[in-house]
Amino acid sequence: MLKIEVNGKTVQAGQGETILQALTRHGIKVPTLCHLPGLAPSGACRMCVVEVDGLPSLIPSCSYPVADGMRISTNSRQVLQARKTIVELLLSNHPQDCLYCGRGGDCDLQRLARQHGVRQRVFSGERIRREKDMSSPAIVRDPEKCILCGKCVRVCEEVQDVSAIDFIQRGAKAFIGTAYDQGLNVSSCINCGQCVLVCPTAALAERSYVDDVLRALNAPGKYVVVQHAPAVSVSIAEEFDYKPGTDMDGKMTAALRRVGFRKVFDTSFTADLTIMEEGSELVKRATTGGVLPMFTSCSPGWIKLVEQFYPEFMPNLSTCKSPQQMLGALVKTFFAQREKIDPADIVSVSVMPCTAKKFEAGRPEMGRGRLSDVDYVLTTRELAELFRTVGVDPAALEPETPDTPFGERSSAGKLFGASGGVMEAAVRSAYFLITGTEMKEYTIQELRGMKGSKELRVKAGKFELGAAVVSGLGPARRLMEEIKGGRKDLHFIEVMTCPGGCINGGGQPRRADTESVKARMNALHHIDKDAPLRVSHKNAQVKRLYDEFLGAPLGRKSHELLHTRYTKRDVLR
Amino acid sequence: MSTQSKVARILAAHPFAKRAAVIPILQEIQEAEGYVSQDAVVKVSAHLAMPASKVYGVATFYNQFRFKPKGKYHIMVCRGTACHVKGSLSALRLVEEGLSIKAGDTTRDGLFSLEVVCCMGACGLAPVISINGEFHAKVTPEKLKNIVEEIKLKGEK
Repeated sequence: MLKIEVNGKTVQAGQGETILQALTRHGIKVPTLCHLPGLAPSGACRMCVVEVDGLPSLIPSCSYPVADGMRISTNSRQVLQARKTIVELLLSNHPQDCLYCGRGGDCDLQRLARQHGVRQRVFSGERIRREKDMSSPAIVRDPEKCILCGKCVRVCEEVQDVSAIDFIQRGAKAFIGTAYDQGLNVSSCINCGQCVLVCPTAALAERSYVDDVLRALNAPGKYVVVQHAPAVSVSIAEEFDYKPGTDMDGKMTAALRRVGFRKVFDTSFTADLTIMEEGSELVKRATTGGVLPMFTSCSPGWIKLVEQFYPEFMPNLSTCKSPQQMLGALVKTFFAQREKIDPADIVSVSVMPCTAKKFEAGRPEMGRGRLSDVDYVLTTRELAELFRTVGVDPAALEPETPDTPFGERSSAGKLFGASGGVMEAAVRSAYFLITGTEMKEYTIQELRGMKGSKELRVKAGKFELGAAVVSGLGPARRLMEEIKGGRKDLHFIEVMTCPGGCINGGGQPRRADTESVKARMNALHHIDKDAPLRVSHKNAQVKRLYDEFLGAPLGRKSHELLHTRYTKRDVLR
Repeated sequence: MSTQSKVARILAAHPFAKRAAVIPILQEIQEAEGYVSQDAVVKVSAHLAMPASKVYGVATFYNQFRFKPKGKYHIMVCRGTACHVKGSLSALRLVEEGLSIKAGDTTRDGLFSLEVVCCMGACGLAPVISINGEFHAKVTPEKLKNIVEEIKLKGEK
């Protein structure tokens, strides 16, 4: 342990720590803008400068290592003035429309300006004008709001290994853009929204459909239904100042009804259905010499990655639609028939932890004729906004249960919200399908946790299954390269685009650190631990759906409604 | 030799190149083709296993790279210190307005292209411009107009 002096007080610091890490541990808040915990510091924004005795100038604490005996000042006049000037300089090229900005009240730059006592525009120079990029159905870019912190560029490259965007030009002309500054819709962007999570301002945001949903809810003759994904109920509480990991499932369902949705369905129901279809597909591939390993197909960012970077692996993708799309397809067919509603009058809304789901819902193959399976996709953040706009406080409501016929779910379906969850659900049911008996212990610890890459060999009767689970596209691409290099021991691979899975999706509440994401994951595991129904194949409503409508897994109806195909995409890469 | 094979030949000469080689390779391509095409950027990215956004980002960082083919008459306007003092900014504006292009651009007819350079080492002749390597010293607005008009006439014939 090293000893350093901070603002006149001696504290301990660890060898190899940065000054910022040591200060944070001791409860001293140093403002940062470009800092991304877990990634190498870039030291670009200089917000975190501190004064160190004996050094000629202020130094960035995020990238400077502590040394024994170092004397640091974090609140001297010089430090505070330097930070204030940095904010003032950033603001000199920033629009003054905080009142009308999507991030007003929730903006890191605004917060820093307030914290540093910036009360007027000090530097007024020429403003750089750039157009918004509205080309993508998932993500909107507003370069005028961009302060060039570079976090989006680094997440896209270092976490997701996609690099759809980078710094273009330099100096005053510099901006963040795609190759050849093309629209995001035709770029290699996979719509994961991890950039949206780290953006300090409104330069990156999800494409909002809150207005469209409000319009539908008020349109005469429309029957508006909603489904919510497994990861939403354990995250939305953070938008209402509850601690991370609080499950709001019942209260959220009640709130959705108050907003005016006629039916509230649980996407975990079609997660159970996915297990039946995908499990059968895996068994079919394994027994008929089909293409293996099979990859899961519920994460639309991952699907686009394969379509553009690894088209040769498209036959390895499960043909199952994602649970969102399966439920959408069933709403406008089975449900519409049952309730005698014209499918054209149904507006199908989904609430997802995900920005890429907006892209997925718009894929031309996801529907029949002019009807889309899903009409509007809201992120968890947008749902919170909808609740606030309409004036519904979910916290104050008594929990309610979702609607039949897509309300019952197993906790295995709920596990789809976290990395490893699809695999855990699949193994539980595959074990039963192969051996005819239930597993002694359903919990599979090896598949849980935040690690980017997890593996397991499962024995079921005389079968042995090689299973791998990856989350974050960096780990996914590394596994793809291993398979390309000849690795043959894997049969089934779960891929989730975002690190940790949907609980850390691009549509989730912002400012979640690793601990918050873990808390969301633990909430799902907790739900599973106490659940009366823990396996997909015992979901009575799923069984009924097969009896009354679908027939058997992989049958003709399933093929028509629940399965899909993929398209090779040419993008600048 | 066709455009494609030129880029392919340059890349083939760097079989084991890593990311660090991106600038020299782009320079060679520009040397051979007069500019860096989108096709070239895509091929360089694939060759160096580097995202196209990164190669484009690096290339746009440096003034030396052009993204449009050079015109038949390539005009370089010096914006070094001496030329600046002697009024090169108005010379640049005049050329830009006269040709309706900005630095880095090429006119639609492919006749003119415009580049801003930092110093041509001819400060005694400030403000100086060069057209296809031929220097024009102490240019005044009047002189510039004549030069441009003259070329336009020549080009139209």
